[in-house]
Amino acid sequence: MKKTIISVGLGVLVICLTVMLTLTDHGTPTTPLSTLRMKYRQKETPSVDHTQFSQLKKHFSTPQEVTSACIACHNERHKEVMQSSHWNWERQEYVEGKGIRTLGKKNILNNFCIGISGNEQSCNKCHIGYGWGDEKFDFKNPLNVDCLACHDNSNTYIKAVGGAGMPDVSVDLANVAQHVGKPMRANCGTCHFFGGGGNNVKHGDLEKALFDPSRDVDVHMASDGEDMQCVDCHTARKHQMLGKMYSVSSMNRNRVECEQCHTELPHTDDILNKHTLKVACQTCHIPEYAKVNPTKLYWDWSTAGKLKDGKPYEETDSNGTDVYMSIKGSFVWGKNLKPDYIWFNGTASHYLVGDTIDPSTPVKINTLYGSYDDPDSKIVPVKIHRANQIYDTQYKYLIQPKTVSTKEGDGGYWKEFDWNRASEEGMKIINLPYSGKYGFVKTEMTWPVNHMISPKNKTVPCADCHTRNNGRIASLTGFYIPGRDYTSWVEYLGTGLLLLTLAGVIVHGGVRIVSSRKQKENKA
Amino acid sequence: MKREYVYKGFERFWHWMQALLIIFLGFTGFEIHGSIHFFGFEQAVKLHNIAAIAFLVLIVFAIFWHATTGEWRQYLPTRKNLRAQMEYYIFGIFRNAPHPTKKTVLSKLNPLQKLVYAGLKVIVIPLMVSSGLVYMFYRYPQRYEVISLNIAGLKVVATLHTIGAFLLVAFFIAHIYLITTGSTITSNLKAMLTGYEDLPEEQPSPEKSKKSH
Repeated sequence: MKKTIISVGLGVLVICLTVMLTLTDHGTPTTPLSTLRMKYRQKETPSVDHTQFSQLKKHFSTPQEVTSACIACHNERHKEVMQSSHWNWERQEYVEGKGIRTLGKKNILNNFCIGISGNEQSCNKCHIGYGWGDEKFDFKNPLNVDCLACHDNSNTYIKAVGGAGMPDVSVDLANVAQHVGKPMRANCGTCHFFGGGGNNVKHGDLEKALFDPSRDVDVHMASDGEDMQCVDCHTARKHQMLGKMYSVSSMNRNRVECEQCHTELPHTDDILNKHTLKVACQTCHIPEYAKVNPTKLYWDWSTAGKLKDGKPYEETDSNGTDVYMSIKGSFVWGKNLKPDYIWFNGTASHYLVGDTIDPSTPVKINTLYGSYDDPDSKIVPVKIHRANQIYDTQYKYLIQPKTVSTKEGDGGYWKEFDWNRASEEGMKIINLPYSGKYGFVKTEMTWPVNHMISPKNKTVPCADCHTRNNGRIASLTGFYIPGRDYTSWVEYLGTGLLLLTLAGVIVHGGVRIVSSRKQKENKA
Repeated sequence: MKREYVYKGFERFWHWMQALLIIFLGFTGFEIHGSIHFFGFEQAVKLHNIAAIAFLVLIVFAIFWHATTGEWRQYLPTRKNLRAQMEYYIFGIFRNAPHPTKKTVLSKLNPLQKLVYAGLKVIVIPLMVSSGLVYMFYRYPQRYEVISLNIAGLKVVATLHTIGAFLLVAFFIAHIYLITTGSTITSNLKAMLTGYEDLPEEQPSPEKSKKSH
């Protein structure tokens, strides 16, 4: 009886095991990652075909006519657009120590082309509006909204150089209007890859290689992979995009986070998951940035203005990268860069126009806050852009120079090469006095690096940080990392103890050998 | 002399497993600590954690064995013969003097061994186990909801763990040497391998024990 029960039990067990093994062999395991892959591989088809609309089968003589046609059907959308920071280039932000301020590209200075004030005609090519050429631009007129910059899917829409946001004359507006849809990387990249006056100048992790990247450059956007678009992560509700840059914003809100899709415990390994409390995903998953083309690391405005035969000129290095431009000064570029690392809690402060500076130390154009002890802080990778830029030596504040020249004698530095005139005119526009004395001051800007996520096998190896020799986060101190840190008195005492023990053993053993030999000799 | 079965099967298994695990834990541990480079940090962490679990399992079995067999009494420190034993290691051993403590099946350890092993068992090993567990589990805020272990930093835990590690390595060096101080150079090693050792008769004469050298 007992035997029967045992053999039946064993039989059942064997059957169960076989069934389990068969099931595991044949079923494809669904992991959170494979679910995400499936989700983003399914490309949406548009619900309407704009080529069929009679309203769009006509000749548009101005881009405003296109906007008018858009608004005729999408009759609420322009209101949303006109509340966005893409339109206003400013928003209300609480800045630590400075209170609530309205800031953005409209009024903040940087250490690249410095600022848009007085230079709208050129800079505002990237504004999603038509005709913001000076401070008289009408932000209330819906017809000034440029729907096409973001929604062109024909890939033929371009804005005119120096056109204050107007489309280039070559653009076939009717064709573009008939091929509108969800924004693609090509739309966002046209501006965001070229910030600072050229490809990859500003960010380092956003550049033209992302129009058609390989998986090694970016796993998400890879054309041969998930081919994700910017708006897949930078989702929008009522035309308010998720995400912003800490060059122009201050508050811990409206951020795009990897955790949106990947959760806070994305790894199968618990030890890796422990890291997510203090280490941002980007820190390990972006081993390097500027993977394809170089990004600007240093911009020295003080050397600008040299002329050859009275004419401005440019110098390039062996790779064809600009290293000197009469209009802008000299540059240092870098490629395949290891990021710098900082503690960051999502809040930042900014140099605001008129703030007094101390010219003896580098001026921080933006300051990102955070520390190990702050539970909201994580280690994040950043690019630090340094510059030597113009300031008023008497009033001790940064100067907004007028660089772009639109008409004869307007002081635009890029035509007249006279810093005094450029400062005079520029400061007039931002309503600050200019003393007539200028100098150049070192400045620093911190840019979080968030894109160019590498494939799993290229992730930053553990030992890049867990090492005693100058690891990636060697500059972040005041907390304990295994493999990097140790308690020195324990190290000294411990090593001493080991050496003493070893010495004791050797001496004791030596004496034993000698004494036993002597005893043998004595016996003999 | 009489051939006695001194170390039981489990005891030998436990000893050698413990030896292997401690050596391996020390090796991988000091790699994690940044002192040596062999497996690479990532691999060292994985191996160290696996060995740590194995060590915990072994400890559970060892505690059970010691408790049920009463063998734990072997480790009760005593002052009897302590001085004589120290003097033996400092002087007597060089003059070929007899071991002051007679090894028997019921009392396998000399007073210095009792003291050191008891110290390992009640101080160093518990220190390593507890600091090691905190090290491993100090931050699983979500998955296991061990929020109370969400300590501010690793410094204290890691420092304690390192102190224990240094003590164990020092013990290891001394231990390797001291096993050569049995009645012959290899008699202790052989005993721990086979379980059998030639032990002196109940009342051995001093001449007899001298001859054995």
